[in-house]
Amino acid sequence: MKPIFMTYTKKDLINLAVCMVLSVLIIPTFIKTEYWYTSILIPWLCLALATIGQQIVMGYTGQLALGAAGFMAAGAFAMFNLILRVPDLGFVGSLIVSGLIAAAFGILFGLPSLKVRGIYLMVATLASQFFIIWMIDKFGWFKNYDSSGIITAQDIVILGKPFTTPLAMYFVCLAVTTILTLLAMNMARGSTGRNWMAVRDMDIAAESMGVSLLRTKVQAFAISAFYCGVAGALFAFCYLKSLEPVAFDIKLSFKILFMCILGGLGTINGAFIGAAFILLFPVLLNAIGNNVFHGAIDATIISSIEQVIFGLLMIIFMIYEPLGMAKLWENLKQSMRSKLSSSRIKNLKSSAVKK
Amino acid sequence: MTYERKFKIGKPILEVNNISLAFGGVKAITDTSFNVLEHEVRAIIGPNGAGKSSMLNCINGIYKPQKGSVSFRGKVIPNITPNIMAQMGLSRTFQNLALFKRMSVLDNILVGRKLHTKTNFLEVALQLPKVKKEEKLNRDRSEEIISFLEIEDIKDTPVGKLPYGLQKKVELGRALATDSSIILLDEPMAGMNVEEKRDMCRFILKVNDEIGTTMVLIEHDMGVVMDISDRVVVLDYGKVIGDGTPDEIMANQKVIDAYLGVEH
Repeated sequence: MKPIFMTYTKKDLINLAVCMVLSVLIIPTFIKTEYWYTSILIPWLCLALATIGQQIVMGYTGQLALGAAGFMAAGAFAMFNLILRVPDLGFVGSLIVSGLIAAAFGILFGLPSLKVRGIYLMVATLASQFFIIWMIDKFGWFKNYDSSGIITAQDIVILGKPFTTPLAMYFVCLAVTTILTLLAMNMARGSTGRNWMAVRDMDIAAESMGVSLLRTKVQAFAISAFYCGVAGALFAFCYLKSLEPVAFDIKLSFKILFMCILGGLGTINGAFIGAAFILLFPVLLNAIGNNVFHGAIDATIISSIEQVIFGLLMIIFMIYEPLGMAKLWENLKQSMRSKLSSSRIKNLKSSAVKK
Repeated sequence: MTYERKFKIGKPILEVNNISLAFGGVKAITDTSFNVLEHEVRAIIGPNGAGKSSMLNCINGIYKPQKGSVSFRGKVIPNITPNIMAQMGLSRTFQNLALFKRMSVLDNILVGRKLHTKTNFLEVALQLPKVKKEEKLNRDRSEEIISFLEIEDIKDTPVGKLPYGLQKKVELGRALATDSSIILLDEPMAGMNVEEKRDMCRFILKVNDEIGTTMVLIEHDMGVVMDISDRVVVLDYGKVIGDGTPDEIMANQKVIDAYLGVEH
C-alpha cells in the first residue's frame, strides 16, 4: 500500500475521515447528556493520549517503564503554574511548554534504561512516579502555597474565548489528541519508529547498524513523557478540573500500563481501544449489577470483580495475543474479508457450473 | 583464474594488532594479529571454540579486548563501540541471527540505512519535504538490495516468520544497506543446504566484485572457503596458526594437525 498523504495510506485516510465525522459531527449531535462528555469521552481521550506515550516507550522501544502518571502530574502542575505565572503564554503555549517540562523529567528518568533492562528498569522508573509526586507535595511553590491540598484548575481560555462547557472541553481534548496521534503515527512509521523498534527487537544489532542506544532510548523516554505531560494537563484541566497529586498515584500508572497491554503493544490505535475498554468496562459491570441483579451485588464486590477480570485478561493476552485487542480487531476484519471473498468464489463457481 | 578484478586488492583497510581477550580466567584470544586488505575476501577459519566469533566481536567493538588494538585505514581506533565502527564504514552479520524479528524484511533493511538518514524525529513527525525525499532515496536503495538478493516476494513478511536460510539473506541485505566499505560475516552459510550455500557464495562474490566491498567471513565449509576467499587466517585456541592464500593454508602442516588431530 502506497502512502498518499504524509505516511498515510488510502485506508488510513478513510479511517481518519470516519473517526472525524463520528467525533466532530455525530457524537455532538446525538449525545446530549453531560455525563458522557465529562465522565467517558474526555477521560478517554486524555488517557488514550497518555497510553500513546506509554506505547512509544514500551510498545515501540521495548523499555518496560512504569511511571506515566508521574509525568502526567508533572505536566498538570507545570500547566497550572504556567497559566498562573506566565499568563502571556496562552493555553496552547502553556500546554506545549508543560509537555516539554514533562519531557525533561522523561530524559532524567529514562537514563537508567541505558544500564538496566526488563523488570529492573520497571522498578527504576517507579522513581519518577514517587519523586515527582513527592516534589509537588513537598514544595508549596508548585501548589502556589494552597493549604487545602486541592487546587481548582483555571478556566481554559483560547484566543480570548472561554472553553468551559463539557462539549467545548471535549473539542479541546479531541483537537490536541488528534494532532498528537497523527504526529505519533508519522514517527512510528518513519525512520524514528524504525530505530525504536530496532532497539526493542535486538539492541546489539541496532547499534552495529549505527543506531545510538543512548540517543534512541532517551529520545523515546522524552517523547513519551511529552505525551504523558500533555495528557496529564488535559486530564487535570478538562476532566478533574482540579489539581491534586493524589490523582496521579501509582494506580493511574498501572491503569495506563493495562491500557497499553490490552490495547496491543506497538500499536497506536491499540491505545484508544485499550483506554476505551478499561474505562467502559467498570461502567458496563455497574450497569449489569444494577439492571440484571438489581443491586443485589454489593458495589465493593463489583469493583473487586473488575480487578479480577482485568488481571485475568492481562494474563490471557500476554500468553495468547501479546499484540492485544488491536490485533484481535485486525484478525476479525481479515476473517470477514476472507469469508466474503470465499463466498464470492463459491458463487462464481456455482454460476460457472450452471453454465 | 586470471580474470580482471574491477576493484584491485589494495592497502590494508583493517588491522588487528596483538589482541588478547579473556573472560575471567578463560583466554579466548591470545596475542593475535592479522590484517585485511581493501577489496579482498578474507576468511577466518578454525575449529569450534577457536575464538573466531570473539575476534569479530572485538573488531566490531562488542567485546573490549584487554590488550591490543584495531586500526581502520591505518588509524588506531580508541574506545571502539559498534556504533563508532558503523560510522567508520564497518558493518556485520551475526552468528545466531540478530534480526529485528517483529519488523518486515523491508523495514529491517531500512534500519541498515540509518547512517544515511539525517532527519530528526521532529522533522519525521511533521513529515517535512526533506524527510520524504530522504525516505524515498532510502527505500529505493533498499528495494535495489532486495531485488539483488532475489527476495522481492517476502519483503513485507515479518522476519521472524521466515525460514533460517532466508533470514541469513536478509541479514546480509541489512549489512549491505549500510553501504559500508567492509562487512564482517559471521558464519553466513551455517545451516544452509548446498543450493542455498551456492546462492550465498554468489551474492558475496557479486558484492565484492561489483561494489568492491571488503568481506571478512567466518565459515566452516572448507570447500566454500577455499573457493571464494583470497586469503585465509586460521585460528586455533585463540592463536593464529596459519595465514595465507588458500593453497598455502591447505599445505600448512599446523593447520592440518589442528583439523585432523595429531598423534602424541
